[in-house]
Amino acid sequence: MMLAAIQTDESLWSLEWLPRLPQRLVEMLLHKLGASEWFVDFGGLLAAAVTVVAVFLGAFALLSLIERKTLARVQNRIGPNRAGWFGILQPVADGIKMLTKEDIVPARAEKLLHLLAPILIGLPAILALGVIPYGREWTPVSLDLGLLFFFSIGALTEVSVFMAGWASGSKFPMLGAMRAISQMVSYELPLLLSALGVVMVTGSLSLPEIVARQEGYHLGFLPAWNLLTPWGLVGGLVFFIAALAESNRSPFDLPEGESEIVAGHMTEYSGFKYALFFMGEYLGLFAISGLGITLFLGGWQAPLPGLEFVPSWIWFFGKLALVIFLFLWIRATFPRLRIDQLMRFAWLCLIPMALLTLPAAAIWHFTGRGFLSWVVTVPLLMIPWGILTVIFNKRLAPATRTYRFADS
Amino acid sequence: MICRAPTLEGSDEDQLLRVSLGPQHPSTHGVFRMNVVLDGETVVRLKPVFGYLHRNHEKIAEGTSYLASMPYTDRLDYICPLSNNWAYALAVERLAGVEVPERAEYMRVILAELTRLINHTAFLGFILGDMGAWGSALMYAFREREKILDLFEDLTGARMMANFMRFGGCRNDLPTGWAERVSVIVNDYGPFLDEMEKFLVGNEILLSRSQDVGQLPKEQLLNGGITGPMLRAAGVNYDLRKADPYGIYERFEFRIPLGEKGDCYDRIMIRFLEMRESLKILRQALAQLPEGDYIHPKAKLRNFKAPVGEVYSRIEGPKGELGFYLISDGATNPYRYRVRPPSFVNLTLLEDMCLGLDLADVIIILGSIDIVLGEVDR
Amino acid sequence: MNQDKMETPAAPARWTWPGLGLLQGLAVSGKNFVQSFYKKERMTTVQYPEERAPISPNFRNFPFLCYDGDDPKAGLRCTACTICEKECPPQCIYIVLDRDENGKSLKRPKVFDIDISVCMNCGICAEVCPFDSIYMDGEYELSTDDRFGGLMLGLDRLSKSADYHMKLRPEQATEVMERRKAEEEKKAAAAAAKAAKAKADQEAKEKAAAEAGASGEKGDEA
Repeated sequence: MMLAAIQTDESLWSLEWLPRLPQRLVEMLLHKLGASEWFVDFGGLLAAAVTVVAVFLGAFALLSLIERKTLARVQNRIGPNRAGWFGILQPVADGIKMLTKEDIVPARAEKLLHLLAPILIGLPAILALGVIPYGREWTPVSLDLGLLFFFSIGALTEVSVFMAGWASGSKFPMLGAMRAISQMVSYELPLLLSALGVVMVTGSLSLPEIVARQEGYHLGFLPAWNLLTPWGLVGGLVFFIAALAESNRSPFDLPEGESEIVAGHMTEYSGFKYALFFMGEYLGLFAISGLGITLFLGGWQAPLPGLEFVPSWIWFFGKLALVIFLFLWIRATFPRLRIDQLMRFAWLCLIPMALLTLPAAAIWHFTGRGFLSWVVTVPLLMIPWGILTVIFNKRLAPATRTYRFADS
Repeated sequence: MICRAPTLEGSDEDQLLRVSLGPQHPSTHGVFRMNVVLDGETVVRLKPVFGYLHRNHEKIAEGTSYLASMPYTDRLDYICPLSNNWAYALAVERLAGVEVPERAEYMRVILAELTRLINHTAFLGFILGDMGAWGSALMYAFREREKILDLFEDLTGARMMANFMRFGGCRNDLPTGWAERVSVIVNDYGPFLDEMEKFLVGNEILLSRSQDVGQLPKEQLLNGGITGPMLRAAGVNYDLRKADPYGIYERFEFRIPLGEKGDCYDRIMIRFLEMRESLKILRQALAQLPEGDYIHPKAKLRNFKAPVGEVYSRIEGPKGELGFYLISDGATNPYRYRVRPPSFVNLTLLEDMCLGLDLADVIIILGSIDIVLGEVDR
Repeated sequence: MNQDKMETPAAPARWTWPGLGLLQGLAVSGKNFVQSFYKKERMTTVQYPEERAPISPNFRNFPFLCYDGDDPKAGLRCTACTICEKECPPQCIYIVLDRDENGKSLKRPKVFDIDISVCMNCGICAEVCPFDSIYMDGEYELSTDDRFGGLMLGLDRLSKSADYHMKLRPEQATEVMERRKAEEEKKAAAAAAKAAKAKADQEAKEKAAAEAGASGEKGDEA
């Protein structure tokens, strides 16, 4: 039965079948039990969903530890190392702590909304995680409009953030929610626009299709990822920055703005509700990084030829780890932007550059994606970039000061 | 169910939001409180509230002997206790006309400049924390600060609460090898500052957050009694080590860095430059450190009585002009004891600096003033 | 940023690629990240309960009372002169002089309490003590769940032997020991001299008396 459940196109040892195993098993079991067709499908999808949730909740627990460890190392500290070997049980300890804490609801809070917000905050991320292709043979739910689904679901996060801010009936959460809404709405735009170039070139909104189209290598060793094209590089950068802002990560963590508004929309939450906010944030981080990898980093494609024997989902999670390390590194380094600077950056820099990737992608597509395309698209992107740089230096760039010393 | 908006009260001020930043707030440097009225994120009014850490320092000092106030001065500005010690010792010495031996003077200069290094380094970490940089700069700063605090522990017995200066010198002599350890740290500090500058100074986010934030005209700063790096960042050449030399500062060669605009960025940079000048002073002082008494042989510890009179004595503390005003009626305790704390006076113009700026700027401006609540509230 | 550059008067603003400074910052924090795995000066953490940073011989914490010999009661140097009580800035010392039944001072404390919840470790008591009795301790693990009694140190917990002092601060203790020895020798010498003088006086007296007696006897005889 196991072997039948594996049902892989490739050899058994490629392990491509592993993440899909629960789904297959449930489907077969239901089939054996004589369930109707739709019930078998339903059970299989449920199993796939449970797999995704389980994997990413585990990853969330792990990331909460890895984040603290990484930040600690950047800051020349050791980080949590008491609970278990190298602090591996720290997430468990944190979970117990969060669960046993008192749940405080402010007297002036809107009780129902206050309760709903942390429950809803993880939902869009979990839904969005369902459509990402994790491996050659594993996309939990393969939608033809996967990308569209992702963005429309992802936009729900704002609602629960604002819900939390409003329902707390307190001032810091309100300020945080106001910031969150303006920030997330502004950054949704460059996020979408930068992804649009990929859609244009691929001609599909289906995420597995987008990954499949990034197969192969240029010149024999350069992977044919979208990132390694002129428009893809710009788009990928814009996507990355917008993703930082969308997931409220430093230096765009204004909604939480610890040093200014305490914890933003999460200020009035304690105990497990607070933990749920964290979970939502991390799952959102996974989802948006996963999408970024799918769009620009070739999804589960191996980075070098000859490495295809490694199961494709390992490549995906490897890339995910890399991208998340980049997130952490940035968090450990940068101060936070101010709200007006944040807006200016989105509207004056990111959106124009993201818009430019569209004609560049079109030209790329119609000039045959070869040498000629490079010749045309690079200047197309570099010249506006140069103009932006000049404007930055003339108008926006903070001045370099010189200092004098008193004579006496 | 009616959704209530968080306190939008009053009739014509419907859109204003009153926020109490502090006394329990992540970045009010202790228990400072600002009652801020916000229009959106813009500050319309700001009222500083302090006194949460009031410990009755001045009245206590009027009731105890001169010596017994010395450990309390540690707790004024607890980031730089040795400067406070010196300022108080200097005031009493001037009041009573006590001589200080050569070696003790050098020791005091070394300790005061090390304290300045500590203070400015910690300042860099704190202000980056206020800007929301997740503690990295703070940890680097504290890593280096800890090395100097180890030196202090070896010399004075405590990392922070030194209680080291005495009227007529210092409490004990330098342990063997201490001066050499200072020179090692002085030599290592330059590269550390280089690294910090690389880490911070070119950072566009830091530049855009701090430049043109919180600047005031020179005249207003002078009228407000602002001193220290804050005033020098605005380009006013006022450093008591040059303007009203005390101790043996006239013997050393160093320069006073001056800024131009006086915004938060200048305040950060001035502190960088001052640290480099402090390193210069330290090198000279270590090279010239003479042998001899660490305290005047006739200095009195118990039953110290100052002659009738009054004195105001001031030093250039790391945060600005730190002054002690004493009136003596000839008894063993001062008749009047008053501290002029730099961070308290520097705080007076907070509202003027913050009006019309964002809430996020308020935090940075408060950070750039470099307050310690132990000194503000006393 | 070198210093010469800082001195140039009002140079035009540097032309920069946006984001260059950010990359520089990333380079520094990345360097710290990598080096924290192998460089000792980057990673200065001490894992406290397992390993301890060495404490300096000058380190001071709460005070203790020094006694000579083995008996903490008999050998206590303290004479209950209450100088430390008077000089203590936060007034955390409480001393009661021990007296015999006639009300005569026994020159030792009956009660010597230090409230370490008030004490601020300033060390002034140790400085002003003229009897080499009170010193600052180096012990720092003093947490207790008894909020009042546990933080009120009486004679029993304050008294520590001179050997302990020697171990804690060898330099200071040696100096004190030598001084005390010298003083004691001086005192002993003085006492010996005094005793010798008294003895001599006594002898002289006796001699004189004897002589007088002898002469009287002589006179009687005569």
